[in-house]
Amino acid sequence: MIRAILAGLGIAMVAGPLGCFVVWRRMAYFGDTLSHAGLMGIALGLVTGIDPIVGVIITCIVIGGLLFALQFQRRVPTDTLLGVLSHSALAVGLIVVSTMQNVRLDLTAYLFGDILAITDVDLAWIYGGGFAVLGALAFLWNRLIALTVSEDISRAEGFASTGVRLGFTVLVAIAVAIAMKIVGILLVTALLIIPPAAARRMAHGPEAMCLATIAVGATATIAGISASFTWDVPSGAAIVAAAAAIFALSIAAGTILRIRT
Amino acid sequence: MSATADKTLAVALVGAVLQRNDRHVLDHVDLSIGRGEIVTVIGPNGAGKSTLIRAVLGLERLDAGEVRRAPGLTVAYLPQRYQLDPALPLSVRRVLTLTHTAPEARLKAALDELGVGQLLDVSALRLSGGELQRVMLARALLREPDLLVLDEPTQNVDAAGALEIYQIIARQRARTGCAVLLVSHDLNVVMAATDRVYCLNGHICCSGKPADVGRERAFVDLFGAAAAKTLAPYTHHHDHVHGPDGAPHPHHHH
Repeated sequence: MIRAILAGLGIAMVAGPLGCFVVWRRMAYFGDTLSHAGLMGIALGLVTGIDPIVGVIITCIVIGGLLFALQFQRRVPTDTLLGVLSHSALAVGLIVVSTMQNVRLDLTAYLFGDILAITDVDLAWIYGGGFAVLGALAFLWNRLIALTVSEDISRAEGFASTGVRLGFTVLVAIAVAIAMKIVGILLVTALLIIPPAAARRMAHGPEAMCLATIAVGATATIAGISASFTWDVPSGAAIVAAAAAIFALSIAAGTILRIRT
Repeated sequence: MSATADKTLAVALVGAVLQRNDRHVLDHVDLSIGRGEIVTVIGPNGAGKSTLIRAVLGLERLDAGEVRRAPGLTVAYLPQRYQLDPALPLSVRRVLTLTHTAPEARLKAALDELGVGQLLDVSALRLSGGELQRVMLARALLREPDLLVLDEPTQNVDAAGALEIYQIIARQRARTGCAVLLVSHDLNVVMAATDRVYCLNGHICCSGKPADVGRERAFVDLFGAAAAKTLAPYTHHHDHVHGPDGAPHPHHHH
């Protein structure tokens, strides 16, 4: 259980700041598409014999780059396109995995997360990859904030370019890939979105909101993993349910405080 | 975008064409802004004014023509529309230092000049439209750019406030020698502070000193005699008139 909690805390730490940007930049569907495509990455790993997490990281970066390029087209609205790609990626992934009859694969573990399956290699990926992602995010931080507040101003003033956005896309792709093992393909986006939504009312600045998000994510992770061990429920589902409960509490607390004042 | 060797030039559009849905939004537009010059673009709604300055800034891809820009030119931009997203908590201080930093005293002074000095540590999400407009203008001025690009800097601001804002822009130019590109509707106020006017309606109808432009037939056709009178005491004939589609046609004297 120590290993599971270490993994969960590592993921909460990475998912917090990235999740804030996903919320600020309205990229929830983008996260969904990436994580659903992750199933193809697992298939890739099984076919080629590389570690599935590496397969997922490669697939997510490729799909992320593709989505990045596609947002410049005008033929199909971006959210429609993401909706199409998100679910087709999941469908194709399921078909590919199901045809691989020579491999025994616990599909539920990949879809909803399996805390017991965390290995030392996974932990190394979570912390190694996690610190790399956070370092890169810190480097891009001010430019990403400017880009989020006004893309036009940032570009006109030469402060942030297309490269910054592409860099951020890659960071989200890596974070989704490393979070997938613990919360599962179907719930990764929830881990990115719900903690920042809960932390929004606790903070008056972007950095404070990120710290609050990490705190919410870590609390939900510990609560979820404990519940998973105690009642033998899927870890990812338990973590997301705990985060949702914190979100509900923060809304309720915010409403009560507003009525009082 | 290409660099220019002309040392007196800040930025220029040369033969700029921009099409959208088979319609010419910009039709062979030539425009230049010299260093330290205040240039105002005027024109009716849908004339392509915002598109034109977005093209100057490199935010729109041209179908033909090019943008020439002095090498190393620093730019500050006040867009016509921006909305702060309530999902992102942001103080006014943070908005001011979005793309560059400045010492505390200068942040305060910039807000004071625009009459919103008390707002430095307030949440930017709570500002009224007029307050946000002043904060965004303060942000652009704080950058001390070589080229200040302002798309309707006095929207949401009353007439007295508008006059004050144009005086602040003129002071900034006098102090830092920056070039200014403005889009504006406030004909009578803005003309006093403008060196040169471009009158745009897809193409450039006329351009020159405010008083000269007021005498142009094309200007009178677009804005009416009343507007022309604020720029010049009388009008004269121009070599083209506008058809129903806004396109220029040769003008026949009767």
